[in-house]
Amino acid sequence: MTATTDTREITYAEAVREALGQAMESDDRVFLFGEDVGTYGGAFGVTGDLVHRFGEDRVRDTPISELGIVGAAVGAALAGMRPIVEIQFSDFTAQAMDQIVNQAAKIHFMLGGAAEVPMVLRAPGGSGTGAAAQHSQSLEAWFAHIPGLKVVMPATVADAKGLLLAAIDDPNPVVVLEHKLLYKQSGPAPQEATRTPLGKAAVRRTGTDLTIVATGVMVSRALEAAEQLAAEGITATVVDPRTLKPLDEQTIVDTVTATGRALLVQEAPRSGGFMSEVSAMLCDSPAFGYLRAPVRRLCGLDVPIPYAPQLERAAVPQVPDIVAEATKLVREW
Amino acid sequence: MDLVKDAETATSALTTMWTIRRFEEAVDDLFARGLMHGTMHLSIGQEAVPTGACLALREGDYITSTHRGHGHCIAKGAQLDRMMAELLAKETGYCRGRGGSMHIADVATGNLGANGIVAGGVPIAAGAGLAVKMRGQSHAVLSFFGDGAVNEGAWHEGVNLAAIWDLPVVFVCENNKYGMSMSVNRASKVDNLADRAAAYGIPGVTVDGNDPQEVHDAVDEAVERARAGNGPSLIEAVTYRWKGHSKSDKNLYRSREEIDSWREQDPITRFETAVLHQQTLTESELAACRDAARDAVRAAIRTANAAPDASADELLSAVYSGGKQ
Repeated sequence: MTATTDTREITYAEAVREALGQAMESDDRVFLFGEDVGTYGGAFGVTGDLVHRFGEDRVRDTPISELGIVGAAVGAALAGMRPIVEIQFSDFTAQAMDQIVNQAAKIHFMLGGAAEVPMVLRAPGGSGTGAAAQHSQSLEAWFAHIPGLKVVMPATVADAKGLLLAAIDDPNPVVVLEHKLLYKQSGPAPQEATRTPLGKAAVRRTGTDLTIVATGVMVSRALEAAEQLAAEGITATVVDPRTLKPLDEQTIVDTVTATGRALLVQEAPRSGGFMSEVSAMLCDSPAFGYLRAPVRRLCGLDVPIPYAPQLERAAVPQVPDIVAEATKLVREW
Repeated sequence: MDLVKDAETATSALTTMWTIRRFEEAVDDLFARGLMHGTMHLSIGQEAVPTGACLALREGDYITSTHRGHGHCIAKGAQLDRMMAELLAKETGYCRGRGGSMHIADVATGNLGANGIVAGGVPIAAGAGLAVKMRGQSHAVLSFFGDGAVNEGAWHEGVNLAAIWDLPVVFVCENNKYGMSMSVNRASKVDNLADRAAAYGIPGVTVDGNDPQEVHDAVDEAVERARAGNGPSLIEAVTYRWKGHSKSDKNLYRSREEIDSWREQDPITRFETAVLHQQTLTESELAACRDAARDAVRAAIRTANAAPDASADELLSAVYSGGKQ
């Protein structure tokens, strides 16, 4: 990575916090609320000291009341504010689904464009922390299925900041699915409030033998796998869609057209997952004619995330799994 | 504000109630004749609640409404022709044909929208109240919902948030006795739904929902309380839905006698009698209110019928906002 003058290494959680702080500094309408986001600093420490900088009014602790919190965000957004809701674990969005799916997503459309719901819902997803089945899911496909929601999954420190800033600017409800395993990872991020545009994929690495499309924590695993594959003489392009809705289909189609093979990696269970949509999209696209192998999905097992660490690891793709699948795809086809 | 003794206010209240009545009768008729599609939920018999309540509001105040929302919309000042156009699936409708009866909103008059989800508007009202409070404004938010809403989680969560943050919200429960077919007595263990207010540490009062004056007085006091920063209130207005829940209703769950007994307590007839008794308005002035409502609804139907049908050309581009700011 080339570091520009204003880029430094911070953690993913710090990057999110920095984006929140910069957005609140530049726009009085922006405020945060959620469970334990104030003095506690957030369950994962993301909001940290923001309450001391911006006060309890704008960094607002809420009762454990996800449906009410999201509903209040919808109302505040309709009344001209720019609320950012933190849902402590993405699993808890299940408690708030009516307000997300039936209200936030649909109001602009149902009202014939007369109103906007410019709100951001941040929630950490993913497994790997031993928190078991109700605190570890990857639910992005639920949200991506709903017209009216935008969905982003930042996989790098810079994107944790840039995608969030773009989400806050957006006049629509945006679901930002952060990943708990990434919060403590460090990486370069600009000091300035640089936006990562929504709907633009990132090509993280370029190769000639296959294209790996990966989301969330699977991006760094795919990059690690690509490094190992290179040692075996297999070079991979790694695409991080970053935004699931709206999806940058063109970048995925172009890179798969160039390599002729696609390995689609997600942490979520396979059935009805987002990579099934990517797979179908590729088969509908001009890339189909360039495929030298079936489009392959490598996904979490169709199981709830288990507790025991060895079981938890077995439930979702790990680096060796990606290496093995990629090798098979290239060697057998 | 004395609705019965002040001629101007009496005229306004009566015209609003007749407009709601005539609008919904027209909708009922258009539907029966196959000229309107979809479904709709009529509030005939309940006109005193939105009329009395909205008279306590002023510019800048917000409301959230329900699936049975035509009355709220009209009382808050919506244009009849745009409402009718929406129901008739016209491009000039409030939602350009994308929402229909259950999603009419008029953001310009502070109506944040009807809602097809029971209690869906309750936390939204709390959020609008939060926005008002954070901006240091003195606006109030009035959240209408039915008796069926008070057993939804969203209702409890929304009321609680408004209570703990002293938000300027007035929760108005239109207790029309049934959530679809489920009677309020079977759905709740408390005698009065306003008793639920105690659980949130806010005032709760039950009023005669067929008396616009009584509704107005309670809402007015709650609105003033909200504007002064003293937090939300719950008002239960007891009324009755004359018509079925929606078009599928065969009235199997209630008796003809019960419906008739409530029709005898018609809020409009009662108000007209009171106004005549006080000699605030004459018979001919009452007739003028009725005629004005009839004419306004007829004009709305004519205007709406003449409008172009809602177009499918822009469906996909209508899902997301491109931004206004």
